[in-house]
Amino acid sequence: MQIRFLRKMKKKTALAMAALFVSSAFLSGCAGTQASNSNNDKNTIKVGVLHSLSGTMAISEVSVKDAEMMAIDEINAKGGVLGKKIEVVTEDGASDPAVFAEKAKKLLQQDKVATVFGCWTSASRKAVLPVFENNHGLLWYPVQYEGMESSPNIFYTGAAPNQQIVPAVDWLLKNKGKKFFLIGSDYVFPRTANKIIKAELKAKGGTLVGEEYTPMGHTDYSTIINKIKNEKPDVVFNTLNGDSNVAFFKQLKDAGINTKDLITCSVSIAEEEVRGIGAGNMAGQLVSWNYYQTTDTPENKTFVKNYKAKYGQDRVTDDPIEAAYDAVYLWAAAVEKAGSTDVDKVKAAAKGLEFNAPEGKVKIEGENQHLWKTVRIGEVQADGSIKEVWSTPGPVRPDPYLKTYDWAKGLAN
Amino acid sequence: MFVKKFIKAPANWTFLIIILSLLAAPLFLSVFRINLLGKFISYAILAIGIDLIWGYTGILSLGHGVFFGLGAYAMGMYLKLEAAHGKLPDFMSWSGLEHLPAIWAPFSNPLSLLFIIIIPALLAAVIGYLTFKNRIRGVYFSILSQALSLIFVVLFIGQQAYTGGTNGLTSFQTIFGLSLAADNTKYILYYASILFLILVYTYCRFIVNHRIGKILIAIRDGENRVRFSGYNPTIYKIFVYISSAAIAGIAGAIFVPQVGIISPAEMGIVPSIEMVIWVAIGGRGTLIGAVIGAILVNGLKSGISESFPEIWSYFLGLTFIVVVIFMPEGLVGLVKKYASHLFTWHNKKEKIIQKAPSIN
Repeated sequence: MQIRFLRKMKKKTALAMAALFVSSAFLSGCAGTQASNSNNDKNTIKVGVLHSLSGTMAISEVSVKDAEMMAIDEINAKGGVLGKKIEVVTEDGASDPAVFAEKAKKLLQQDKVATVFGCWTSASRKAVLPVFENNHGLLWYPVQYEGMESSPNIFYTGAAPNQQIVPAVDWLLKNKGKKFFLIGSDYVFPRTANKIIKAELKAKGGTLVGEEYTPMGHTDYSTIINKIKNEKPDVVFNTLNGDSNVAFFKQLKDAGINTKDLITCSVSIAEEEVRGIGAGNMAGQLVSWNYYQTTDTPENKTFVKNYKAKYGQDRVTDDPIEAAYDAVYLWAAAVEKAGSTDVDKVKAAAKGLEFNAPEGKVKIEGENQHLWKTVRIGEVQADGSIKEVWSTPGPVRPDPYLKTYDWAKGLAN
Repeated sequence: MFVKKFIKAPANWTFLIIILSLLAAPLFLSVFRINLLGKFISYAILAIGIDLIWGYTGILSLGHGVFFGLGAYAMGMYLKLEAAHGKLPDFMSWSGLEHLPAIWAPFSNPLSLLFIIIIPALLAAVIGYLTFKNRIRGVYFSILSQALSLIFVVLFIGQQAYTGGTNGLTSFQTIFGLSLAADNTKYILYYASILFLILVYTYCRFIVNHRIGKILIAIRDGENRVRFSGYNPTIYKIFVYISSAAIAGIAGAIFVPQVGIISPAEMGIVPSIEMVIWVAIGGRGTLIGAVIGAILVNGLKSGISESFPEIWSYFLGLTFIVVVIFMPEGLVGLVKKYASHLFTWHNKKEKIIQKAPSIN
């Protein structure tokens, strides 16, 4: 019956569907031109938001996009920048570096946006970097990363290695032990991070007892956990990303290894990821960031309250979310100071700009366009929150190339 | 003879119209759109190659991303060395290399651009020989081709010092001394893409119109019968696999300077399957369907994702489902069907008579 119905339908519907297919292609083309026409509207300032809203990275990047939208809404509610409202052009990078490059070109060439807030992975940042440099655009990148970069067209509001990894290793060596085991996902950030860690261990008297990489999405850690058991390190430094963490921490717990025998320190796991891994599997483990939801500043209390009110009480804030929020405010402040959205003027105005962020005071370092940030080591609690156990006395100067560290000579040319 | 035949076929007429509209496109579209269209043309070239092996020979390769990627990386390596001005490319120094590795050394010479074709062709020759000689076919070959793409992705990610890892190769500056950021270079690259589209289409049309094309179709429809007739299908299959891989390599090389990046994300299983979908939507076994499918699907993808960035993937998924259910022969198949309906209206008698002697 159904087949017959289908067969009958086929001819007419096929024609209709073909018409639909072609017309939707046409419509989307029209919509595209319409969007670019609103360039003429001088009462708004256009900015781009470029994150993965689909694909494997969407789970992380949507929250970051939400934080940026919240900051933009807040600024608009107070009258916007230079008396104009901020208008957002959202694009989906689809977790694919080539798509990021395409959309960045579109935002800069077609929409002529004043600035772009976006990207998460290093791959996506590296893909759009030449686009921003060639089109003289401005990108605000909100995620901690492996360093060794400082583009004149990018502001980095996440941590450089010396504001996250280097102090964490230093603290662990002093407080937890000398024997390190490195485990990470197989991509650029873990490999570069571990290169830095190995140089630091060598200089500060630590020993390396193992270094393992697994493909993204890998879920069987039994052999690696056996190696860890045999080598008995004091610290496992973890740069695994995404789903792998769920498997790793669960299997580590199942293997009967607890935080008294060895401690793990992770730099890619924040509150958002702890929810996915399950606080029970991670309680007592360490992480290193610049901000936690529990960070005690008046600005953070308002930030967390507003974020939850806007997006739901079950949502959490974490380091990249906060850094993305800061980025919008820093840009707006730089534009106000410059009196213009011109990229060169905004860059000049941004030098040395300070902002009372939820993580405390941050300052833009003019030399490399990174932020001065406070480093915080935290312990995961049974309820999934993260409690700060140590922090630097004040914001640390960003040093993406680790030039001020003697042991890091030769890491960056 | 060939030219006459070429112009007579409706598919070739359509191709001519597409080429003419592509040539005229810069009059109506911004540089950004032209650059984007150039990318779609590289996909169209790739799709023609897939149609040759899948539509005509019946070999479903789900790993063509590898050949596309190898061509693209060969081009990328050449551009990267041009951008490095004799120094070590940036990612190598982060990864701890001090000298240019031996596999990179030849790429400072423009002659190395031949590798764009040679490397994918060689790989296809080896894989093709091993599989087709051992009569591995159908779904087993498809699975094998997927494994190939998985292996290459893991290899390219793992060898960060040599390949740039997940970041891939990016930050190219110039091509043959011309700045890649300049509008003129973009137009030149665009027209070069059209030229390659014409060349590849003509090559494939030439193959399928000749005796070898008939053998390929025969292999698709009954490989054993072909073997019993005294032909060796293995040789033909290896030949078509090599052709298709080399075409994919060319497509990759055209993709890189226009998009500005090549990373393992473009050579994995998912993009490889997407490539097959373009051909399926356009209509396989027609060559022209591959061109239409690749340009239309990617145009739709870009267009819808710009207008509805949050929900575009649902639209695209829905379109795929609709096409698969209601247009199993793709867009070209649909047009053909209705065109032949109109045709039979006038020549119904003639057609019945023609059909009669058929044994099938």
